[in-house]
Amino acid sequence: MEIIVASVIGVLTAGGIYLILRLRAFPVILGLSLLSYAVNVFIFATGRLKVNAPPILQDHGAAVYTDPLPQALVLTAIVISFGMTAVLVMIALGAFLEADHDRIDITAADTPEAEEKESGE
Amino acid sequence: MNSGGGLLPIIAILPFLGALVPGVMIRAGRTACASFAAIPTLIALVMLATLAPDVMRGEVLQAEISWIPQLGLSASFFLDGLGLLFAGMILGMGLLITLYARFYLSGEDPMGQFYTYLLLFQGAMLGIVISDNILLLLIFWELTSLSSFLLIGYWKHLPEGRQGARMALAVTGGGGLAMIGGMLILGNIAGSYQLTDILEQGEAIRASQWYLPALILILLGAFTKSAQFPFHFWLPHAMAAPTPVSAYLHSATMVKAGVFLMARLWPVLAGTDAWFLIVATTGLITMVLGAVIALFKDDLKALLAFSTVSHLGLMTMLLGFGTRAAAIAAVFHIINHLTFKAALFMTAGIVDHEAHTRDIRRLGGLARLMPFSAVIATITGLSMAGIPLFNGFLSKEMMLHEAAQTRWLDNPWVMPVLATIGALFSVAYSLRFIFHVFGGPPRADYPSRPHDPPFGMYAAPALLALLVVLIGVMPHLAEPLVTIAANAVTGADLHPHLKLWHGVTPALFMSMIAVAGGIVLLVLHKPLDRAWRAAPRPEAKAIFDAVLARLVGAAQGLSAGLHNGAISRYLAIFVATTVALGYAAFSGGGLAASTRPMLPVPPVALVGFVILTLATVLVVANHRARFKALVLIGMIGLTVSGGFVYLSAPDLALTQIAVETVTIMLLLLALHFMPKTTPVESGAALRLRDGAIALAAGGAVAALALAFMTREFSTISDFHLANAYKGGGGHNVVNVILVDFRGYDTYGEIIVLGIAGLTIFALLEALLGGPAARRLRNTDYSANRSRDRHPMMMVVATRAMMPIAIMVGIYIFLRGHNQPGGGFVAGLVISIALLMQYMASGFGWTQERQRVEYHAMIGLGVVVAGLTGIGAWLAGEPFLTSAFGYVHLPPVEEFELATAMLFDLGVFLTVLGGVMLMLYSLSRISRYAGEPINVQPMDFDPSQREPAGTREAE
Repeated sequence: MEIIVASVIGVLTAGGIYLILRLRAFPVILGLSLLSYAVNVFIFATGRLKVNAPPILQDHGAAVYTDPLPQALVLTAIVISFGMTAVLVMIALGAFLEADHDRIDITAADTPEAEEKESGE
Repeated sequence: MNSGGGLLPIIAILPFLGALVPGVMIRAGRTACASFAAIPTLIALVMLATLAPDVMRGEVLQAEISWIPQLGLSASFFLDGLGLLFAGMILGMGLLITLYARFYLSGEDPMGQFYTYLLLFQGAMLGIVISDNILLLLIFWELTSLSSFLLIGYWKHLPEGRQGARMALAVTGGGGLAMIGGMLILGNIAGSYQLTDILEQGEAIRASQWYLPALILILLGAFTKSAQFPFHFWLPHAMAAPTPVSAYLHSATMVKAGVFLMARLWPVLAGTDAWFLIVATTGLITMVLGAVIALFKDDLKALLAFSTVSHLGLMTMLLGFGTRAAAIAAVFHIINHLTFKAALFMTAGIVDHEAHTRDIRRLGGLARLMPFSAVIATITGLSMAGIPLFNGFLSKEMMLHEAAQTRWLDNPWVMPVLATIGALFSVAYSLRFIFHVFGGPPRADYPSRPHDPPFGMYAAPALLALLVVLIGVMPHLAEPLVTIAANAVTGADLHPHLKLWHGVTPALFMSMIAVAGGIVLLVLHKPLDRAWRAAPRPEAKAIFDAVLARLVGAAQGLSAGLHNGAISRYLAIFVATTVALGYAAFSGGGLAASTRPMLPVPPVALVGFVILTLATVLVVANHRARFKALVLIGMIGLTVSGGFVYLSAPDLALTQIAVETVTIMLLLLALHFMPKTTPVESGAALRLRDGAIALAAGGAVAALALAFMTREFSTISDFHLANAYKGGGGHNVVNVILVDFRGYDTYGEIIVLGIAGLTIFALLEALLGGPAARRLRNTDYSANRSRDRHPMMMVVATRAMMPIAIMVGIYIFLRGHNQPGGGFVAGLVISIALLMQYMASGFGWTQERQRVEYHAMIGLGVVVAGLTGIGAWLAGEPFLTSAFGYVHLPPVEEFELATAMLFDLGVFLTVLGGVMLMLYSLSRISRYAGEPINVQPMDFDPSQREPAGTREAE
């Protein structure tokens, strides 16, 4: 099972990184979503894997519980990463509406000098 | 620890406090401004005077205020003889300069600024000489560099001023950086950053293998500050400053900081061969070189600047000798140089002020026109030349005496001969200053007709000239001060006898040779000057500029190469570097064998793994088709939450599902206004490179995850498991951690989420006010628009679902403390329920029924959570400590009430408000895109009817 979880983290990371290296805003946002899955699972896995041992206290018997701390961290991380994704989406959308393209790299044509030259001509 | 030095921190802070005043007081007039600059200096001087008697008795006064003890940094001050000498010089000269500058600066100069800078500098300089902590000393050291930058560049309109200021900052700041390294090494060897501790460990430091690096680094700092060869070139360029600055910083105080530091650390660093070779040799070269160049300068201030370089070399050389007698001579010369050189600078300033030129070739004959100034210049000039009856003679004799006894690399001739040559040129340029400016008949072609300035302007140099004569004739007056300062430098108990006549010694002959030779040189000045001008010599400024230009070029090349505006490039570099560093760390340390047995793999996990991998590969392969990729992302998210369920994390699974839903909705909303496909832009090579980086990173992360998952570890969670019920009153440990143990973190996180929501709202407001709104109005989205925007089936279904969804939300919220659930999930669930209304019944219809503003909801949530935390204070507990109890109401079963629930309510409200504000903001865009607002829940627009099949054909 550990190998499967590790592979899942690896696959999600690889996919996420490939997508954040793209040149348009939308794939980058998708890549960041994949990366945040990977990071969440990664942090979750630091508590080690246990089956049928949710950290809900049982009244009877010597129950086994998995580590609750990484879960608490990941829970807030999921919500926060949603907030961050939303801000990014908004910025990307704004950039697209202002510039009519959603390229993320600043090219030579976008520098102030080039724009000055353009307006001077 | 306070032993008698309680006033020291106040003295140190006074100039800084005082610096606030003149900048404001300038409106009250120039004299008021100058007076207010003088007041803090005067108070500090009086305080220093009250401490002086103790120091003169040989006591060392100390005061310490602990600052950052973990770093060994404390605001501690001490005052001994050397500190007293320098502090007195700094404050006394500060007063004189304040007076002089009042008359020197013209009405057009911003005088308030000047005095503010001057006091800042004074405070920094004072800090250097009374700091007992070398880290504190370093801070003050850098402050002098910065404040002198401001002062040199005071006349901002002059390019020379700006360039000179920059050069001074580059050179002294660079030296300061080296010195930080040296001081840290020194503190490390000594095991303390307290100067008083370090001074007691001389032998251990000199024996350390780190002695030489520390010495070189510290000397780099000292040499750059004190303008020693080969760093001397900045000082003449700093002469672009107003003359009061030159007189104060570049003759009396700042340039002596390097000398001060060498004197301060003399007991620790001096006495080795390395010290002698580096310091004495540098001093000797600087002394001779400075004197020679000074003779051929036509600018009065440049002449004085190179003379200062030469005299600083002299002091450095004396300290470099490493003998006690030489240290006494150095201390004595520090005093003498201060008196005559500052007066000379001020005289040069007076000449400039009156004649409107400082060019010696255009001057001459001023003695008849400005007799007072001429007398002052003659007295102080002769002192600079080292003529008997003036104080410069005394210390120069002592210097020559020491030089005559010093062998340089076993050669007895090098030192005395070169020292005599230095003295000889010194006589020559001093006499030139006197005779070529004041001697001879008056000329008819001065740029302005000169006459003596008002009393206020020559009062300061006159006072200094008086000191020159007094010390020159009665040297025993200076004896007590020289004694305690020299004792502080050497750490010994010395009793020097300063007297005018030492008998017939080699030094006397050397002096006579110097005077005679100096007169000959002056007579021969014209032909020599022509030869000097014809001779090729390196131009320091050109070299400096070229070096600087090359450095800037290299830096620009590097940053342009790394930082060319392509974010994908930064990310690629970042990921590749991280993987490489991680690999290095991994292969560097030994990895313990894996101990933890792996869990079995049930078939369902395998299925999930295949789905997830397949979906990820498809996302990457299809990311250009944005809609398709989005659907696949949703699939991945759901599979991940399935994994959470299997691996005992029900809370995570719930949250993940809810977040997944809102994320996809958000991206769908955004995609509505964005291009639906991504064009092919990167070539095959680039994609291959990115693929390789991505695979390497994925492999690395997987290996890391597997490595720790197969090893045991010790967790801190046992505490949480044991105390969740006892302390927090809940069975769901994850929820108790969120609302209780780590409640403070959660509080921060909901605030972040709220801010994110507000940011999106604000961004949108700004966006819709700009050109984007025009673009939106002019874009035709009709192809995307459905005829049946709000289908009846969906409206009915969502209406029916609404109360159920809300009930589910409340249920999840209520049970959160003991079962999977809680404020986060509940907030998300209810926002989904509300979103469904927006989607099904339309924006306008839903908006009409909205009672509470989402902004208010965010605020309310944060306030509720905060008040809950503050409530703990009322019970005398720390912030966010929860309390709980059990309540029994007859019809219902006994249930629990905990303050943590109230906190969770705050979380719930913030999450709900934040999420709704985000999505609501995005959907507002559509109003700008010309979409009609519906007030009826179900509207069908037949005019949008289009022939079947057109959409597919596109």
